[in-house]
This record gives sequence, C-alpha cells and structure tokens, in this order.
Amino acid sequence: MSAKITPMRSAAESALIDRFPAVKASLPGLASAREDAFAAFVAAGLPTRRNEAWKYTDLRAAMREAAPLAARPNDAEITVALKGPSPLARQGVVTLSFVNGHYVATAGTLPAGVSITPLAQALTDGHPLLGRIGALKLANGDLAMSLNTAFMTDGAIIHVAEGVTVDGPIALRFVTSGATAVATAARVLMVAEAGSQVMLVESHEGQGALAHQPNTAVEIIAGDKAVVSHVRLGLNSAGAVALSTLTADLGSETSLTSVNVALTGAVTRHQAFVRFSGGDARAQINGATLLSGTQHADSTLVVEHAAEPGGESRELFRTIIDDEASGVFQGKIIVQPHAQKTDGRMASNAVLLSENAAMYNKPELEIFADDVACAHGATCGALDDELLFYLMSRGISKAEAEALMIESFVGAAIDFIDHEPIRDILHGLVQDWLQARAARLNAGAPTVS
Amino acid sequence: MLEIRNLHVKIADEDKVILNGLNLKVAKGEVAAIMGPNGSGKSTLSYVIAGKPDYEVTDGEVLLDGVNILEMAPDERAAAGLFLAFQYPMEIPGVATMTFLKAAMNAQRKQRGEAELTTPDFIKRVNKAADLLGIPKDMLRRPLNVGFSGGEKKRMEILQMTLLEPKMSIMDETDSGLDIDALKIVAEGVNARRDPEHAFLVITHYQRLLDYIKPDTVHVMSRGQIVKTGGAELALELEANGYRDYQSAA
Repeated sequence: MSAKITPMRSAAESALIDRFPAVKASLPGLASAREDAFAAFVAAGLPTRRNEAWKYTDLRAAMREAAPLAARPNDAEITVALKGPSPLARQGVVTLSFVNGHYVATAGTLPAGVSITPLAQALTDGHPLLGRIGALKLANGDLAMSLNTAFMTDGAIIHVAEGVTVDGPIALRFVTSGATAVATAARVLMVAEAGSQVMLVESHEGQGALAHQPNTAVEIIAGDKAVVSHVRLGLNSAGAVALSTLTADLGSETSLTSVNVALTGAVTRHQAFVRFSGGDARAQINGATLLSGTQHADSTLVVEHAAEPGGESRELFRTIIDDEASGVFQGKIIVQPHAQKTDGRMASNAVLLSENAAMYNKPELEIFADDVACAHGATCGALDDELLFYLMSRGISKAEAEALMIESFVGAAIDFIDHEPIRDILHGLVQDWLQARAARLNAGAPTVS
Repeated sequence: MLEIRNLHVKIADEDKVILNGLNLKVAKGEVAAIMGPNGSGKSTLSYVIAGKPDYEVTDGEVLLDGVNILEMAPDERAAAGLFLAFQYPMEIPGVATMTFLKAAMNAQRKQRGEAELTTPDFIKRVNKAADLLGIPKDMLRRPLNVGFSGGEKKRMEILQMTLLEPKMSIMDETDSGLDIDALKIVAEGVNARRDPEHAFLVITHYQRLLDYIKPDTVHVMSRGQIVKTGGAELALELEANGYRDYQSAA
C-alpha cells in the first residue's frame, strides 16, 4: 500500500504545468526531450532553499506568478524592441537578434565557414545538429535547463566549420520587451569544429521595471584544438527574474574563455556547466557582478574534468554589492578518477559596500583522482583601507578612490577578454554603474551604509 | 614649512602609544633627515602627517605653512602640497598607471580650483618626468605597480612626486629594497626638485641614502621623540656607532 502524495503547487508551478500541453502542441520538434524535461520539472517543482543547488536563490519565492510565454512579436513590436543600440553588437558585428525569445534577424555579413539556422526553422525542418542540443549530461536535471528545454520556442544553431578562424565576434542580442511581463525560453547551440577560432558574445537586454522572466540557454561544443571566447552581459529589465545558462563541452586541447558581466535585474542567476571531455583543454571562467538596491544575483558554476590529462581550469568571480543587495557564488570543480594532472583553481572575491549587503560563497571540490592540483578561495570584505589611503594621499577624493578600486576589482575579471573593443565597452558599463552610485551617494538616497 | 608641535599619537582602538611629544621643524628649502632604530615611530610619523586613519592624535599639532592639517582628509592634505613616498607602494590591478596619474593630477588641480590638464599637456609632463627617472613608456601603460620590482615601485613614487609638484615631500624609507643604481636614480629625482621653495623630510634607517641626498639637518628619533638634532655629520656618527646610545637615553 502506498499513499500518493500530491505536492502543494505554487501559483507559478500550476500555471507552468497547465500551460505545457498547449505549448507542446504549438512548439516544433524535440517532443521527447521536451516531455522528459517537463517531467523532471513536474517531479521537482520550482527549486527552493531546500534544493542544495538553489540554496541561496529561492526561485519558487522569487517567481510567484509565471509570466505568460511570449508570443512571436509583430513587426511593430520588433521595431520598438530593437530601437536602441545594442551595448555589445556594434557596427559591423554579425548580430543575431531575438525579441522575447524569438529569432527576428541577422545583421551583418556572415563570415565564410559560418552557418546560422534559426532554431524554430531547424526544429521544423530537421537539422543535422539537432541531436546535439542538450547533449551535455552535466547540465541534466538542472531546473533552469529543464524549463528551457520544455518550453524552448526559438533560438539558433550556429556552425563554425573545421579550421575556420572567424574575424570579429558573433553577437547574440536577447531583448525582452513589451507592455506586460513575459516569459521567454531561447536556446542557442554553437558547434565550433576542430581547429576553429570564434568569439561569441551575448547581451541580455530589457528596458524598464517589468518583471520579465527570461530563461536563456547557450550551448557550446568545441572540437579538438578549437579556441572559443565567450562574453555574456546581463542588462535585464530592473524587475526581471532572469535565468541563463552556458554549457560548454570541450574537446582535446581546446581553449575556452568565458566572462559574464551581470549588472541589472531583480533576481538573476547565470549558470555555467563546463566539461573537459578531451584531454589537456584549458578554460578560464570569470564573472563580474555589480549590485545595488535590493538586487540578488547568483553565479553558479560546475566544472567537470573528465579526461586525461585533466587540463587546466581557472575561475575568477568578482562581486561588488551595495545597499541591501545580495550576491551568490556557487562553484564546484569535479575531477573524475581518470582525469589525472588536472590543475584547477577557483576564486570568488566579494566586496561589500554597505552594512546590509550580503554575499554567499559556496566553493566545492569533488576530487576522485590522486594526481591533481586543485584549490579554491573565497573572500568577502570591505574595500581595502590601505589602498584607499594610498589613493587619497595622492589627492584623489574618497568617492573617486573607491570608484577606481571598484573598477580595478571587477576589471581583474573582465580583462581576460582579448577583444579590446568589447573589453572597453564592459569597462564603460562599469563606469556607468559607478556614476549611478556616485549620484545615489550625492543625492543622499536610501543607501543603507 | 612643516612644524610639528608636541605630537602624541596612539594606535586607534588600542592603548599603544607610538609618538610621545614629538617636536620638529622643517624650513622652506630644507632637506631634513630622520634616522632611528626600528620601532622608533618613523613610519608612523610619516603616516600621521599624511593622514592615515589607523592612528589617533591625542595631543599636539602638525602645521603646514602655519595651517593645522590634522583635521584634513588625506586628499585635502595632498592638495595643500603634501606628498608621502610610501615605503611599500600599493598595487592597483586593472588601473593603468597613466589613468591613475591623470586622476591624481586632476583631482589636486580640482581641489585647488585650477583647470584640468589637457591630454597633450598631461602626456608631455609625464614623458618628461619619466625620461628623467629612466621609466620606460610601457611601464606607464601597465596597471599601477602590478608586477613591478621594488626599485620600479620606488621610481614610480618619485615620478608621482615630480608630477604632483608638492611643496613638502616625505620619503619613508625610500632606500629600502633598492640597489645602488636605483638608489642613484631616486636620489637624482629628489635632488632635481631641491630649491628654496621645496622642503623634504627623508626618513631612513641607514646612512647610505644620505650619501646621495645630502641633508641640511639630521634628527635622531627614538621611542616616539626626536632625541638629537645635528648636521649631516650626525648621520656618519650614527653609521659608525649605531643607535645604542639613543635607545637607552630616551
């Protein structure tokens, strides 16, 4: 005899569950993957603090209502959404624009050796790379990924041919727009074949204060000796509850650099799942987060070394927290038994600018091999008084000295980006954040220090 | 130029007294040296003059051209013409040396109500000073002091001093960690600024630096006080006899 327990559903969970049959009927392709992902979500529900992977970001509490899944925007809506300049997609940069999770246009000339297929079209017509969507098992069971897979509407498949070096970045511009809050589920797969070199940059943009619920996943599969550079910029609407995930499957002797810069949004979580499937790969995974008001931002990272030689991973996360904001870093390095010679080093450093700011650091190492070098470090504190004094002794005011120190602190994570124009844009956005802070301090706004 | 009267200082939040009724005068155009054993309070003196917040002044005053600067923030003291060359200059990853120099120069100009430097004027000044100190241009593009050797950091301090044009400069153990060539370059940087308008307070443990920067006066410091004052010959005497006499006398 067994009692059937029906868990208490939140309004958002019920809405998502009720929505799925109709959505599934209208969305193209990958029916069984959607079913499996949906079943995983139904079984687990939205994660709460009781779920170890979401311990510090209670998604169930943050997402009281499930915003309706955004319909394909009409031309007028697209025009409005793409009106302003994109922060990362400057002139001449090949740019794929997505409005409310739907692919709308590619600007710029595709470089030789690069092909791009909108995901909705790929799902409808069938595409040789469809089978590689969701192929990285490391991200299986993750709730954000499950929801994205169940509800994915559109996105793109990008293919970079073997040995091709792509000049300049390929930009993904995800814009959430509209008069009411919407949910989106865009999915992008990039396969960079062996020996190719490519830079992929994503900007997540949203105007105003609406509580949009974007959930975006970008999957990168890097062939042997590929060199991939990745940048993500989070500029969501101020009220957004935004999820985003990067997965990366690295072949032998590949190199991946990924830098996430998170700036706006009420509750945001960026996850990176990186697997060293081939030997002797190298990855540098960084994050720079600046928070104010009551913002909450979560950076979650899982790196799995699963080949021999185990390769080298470096993780550097820098978080600046002002007012009553809170930051989270969860980083786990897994070294499988055969991944000998793995060299992993992970650091999360946070600076709290006010007494009510909070940071949760959870670094973890799971090492099953015996010939590895792995280390992690997590720090949390105020700005360095000694350095502040040094700068002020040169005549620099306290406010300006703090701004220089903050810029320096997060700049250390940003400066791993080789592409100078993109790096300069990100530094410029950090300076904008600092100017906004200076304005808050000058106005005597309700900072809680 | 600089006058310190009956200065008593303790470490903030502790009872430990470091300066214990210190008196000192440095006149316009003078190069004064302070020598003393480890732990005599030399570095504390330099920090207190520059305004480091870890210390509490319990009595006395520090006057710069007759104005008590103890109530001023460190940046205001700098704008008033004070400069401290640090014993251990700080590193600032991610901020290019040029950016930092421009921020410092313009911040002081702003405090004094002067116009900001134009970029060509700024670059011209930096290049001239850097050439004088043998600082290669690529160092100026790198983050301030990051990966610099001890000697390079000290040269950077002298570069900052040259560009900020203070009237009163304090050199805190500028000779520590320097080889003889770097020491000469640093000394030349100081000597180039010696004139009737500028004053220097050179703090050192060893007499060696004073071979290259000839002091007008030498003060011996022990247990938070100046215990003896003399001419340049006093430094030679200390080098020969050590500090033992002064440690017990205080």
